[in-house]
Amino acid sequence: MAFDDAYDALTDHEDDARWAYGTGFSDPLAGVPGDLPDGVDRADLAAYCLMLGDDALILSHRLQQWVTRAPELEDELALANIGLDLLGQARLLLTRAGAAEGRGRDEDELAMHRPPAEFRNVRLAERADDDFAHLVARLCAFSVWRLELLQRLTGSADPMLAAIAAKGVKEVTYHRDYAAQWVVRLGDGTELSHRRMAAAVDALTPLLGELFQPHPVETRLAAAGIAVDPAGLRAAFDDVWAYVLATATLTAPGVAPAVSPAAVLPASSSPAGAPSAASGGRDGAHTPGLVEILDEMQALARSVPGGAW
Amino acid sequence: MTATAADVVASVVDPELPMLTLAELGIVREVRQDDEGVLVTITPTYSGCPAMETIRADIRVALRRAGFGQAEVRTVLAPAWTTDWISETGRRKLAEAGIAPPGAAPARPAGPIPLTLGVRTAVACPRCGQPSTEVLAAFGATACRELRRCPACREPFEHVREI
Repeated sequence: MAFDDAYDALTDHEDDARWAYGTGFSDPLAGVPGDLPDGVDRADLAAYCLMLGDDALILSHRLQQWVTRAPELEDELALANIGLDLLGQARLLLTRAGAAEGRGRDEDELAMHRPPAEFRNVRLAERADDDFAHLVARLCAFSVWRLELLQRLTGSADPMLAAIAAKGVKEVTYHRDYAAQWVVRLGDGTELSHRRMAAAVDALTPLLGELFQPHPVETRLAAAGIAVDPAGLRAAFDDVWAYVLATATLTAPGVAPAVSPAAVLPASSSPAGAPSAASGGRDGAHTPGLVEILDEMQALARSVPGGAW
Repeated sequence: MTATAADVVASVVDPELPMLTLAELGIVREVRQDDEGVLVTITPTYSGCPAMETIRADIRVALRRAGFGQAEVRTVLAPAWTTDWISETGRRKLAEAGIAPPGAAPARPAGPIPLTLGVRTAVACPRCGQPSTEVLAAFGATACRELRRCPACREPFEHVREI
């Protein structure tokens, strides 16, 4: 059934299940079996889905902030589309997290009603972009890393994670190409664009170490064949990242170990009870960038809890 | 004329590419009909495809209008949709609408996925047939399309990207 205009689509009352926040729509999995594989620790699986889901959700929001601000309409479309892909991945993963957790929380509850210290994304995802060079440098590094991760996750013993990863691989391949092409164009461009691209790469380098630090949840689930140990992604990441930077006539700075930024939020609690030696985004220790995102992203849901219209 | 539930579902059109039916797009995995009602299984094109809920609603409405009563639409993620599932008829209809249909989806062997830093030119212009065209924008009006331009007839056109 086609509609003559968007208004028709929204006001057709024959079937009111139109998707928009506030329409009461839920369950993007829509009947996908939510069974858990035998022997998996539910809390660990929920935590792992939150990690990968929050990475996608938070970076998606950062990309959405560029809509109406991108230098060209074509890039605005690209960033909106990439943000939409990541939002789709986030919805699947957050729904899976809620199902594994078994406490009745759905994707909206998890996205809109958690405080910053309960978010599990890497800090790379929450950083505000100073300019377009920062945007494409971060998107490139994130996509190189996530593509390696998702490709390995297609072999997960959890069939849902494997299926979500297999779809994500196709999408993130395009994200990586888009971002890498911009890094090359700006790096190997004018003297000014080269300088700004180099500054962007330098600025995000301190955030890269965290991508490869295994959290205890990842270590346990990797041993069970369900998760990917991020430490094993390092060599493949370095290869692609160094190739992109070399093509862009930029030097690849050594990937620095994760360091705690001066201003971090206190982690509310460590899920396993014992604080991790290297506290980072995976433990809920975030930078003020995440607070800024959540203030914006959660404002409507928090001011009108459960609102539908 | 009595259409089966499968016929009805197959003829629902895609909200974003309305020249294609869901069957031509290749997202209908199964239509099962029994005494309880109709169970339809579809698969999304992209994880974030915003049209999925509209598609589910359109299928339910089409089945109800055709007299099939209770219908449930389920989603499966695996195997992941590929543009290779767009039918020959679908490809012809895309081209007739000025949208270059996708070529063969890239093979995905195990191991590193090649990074593409250059621009792929081997997409033919759907208007004049010029075999080599240029990319204007890697992402178009929807997640599945890119915007290209033909150097011969100078016309811009859309291309369904291979996934």
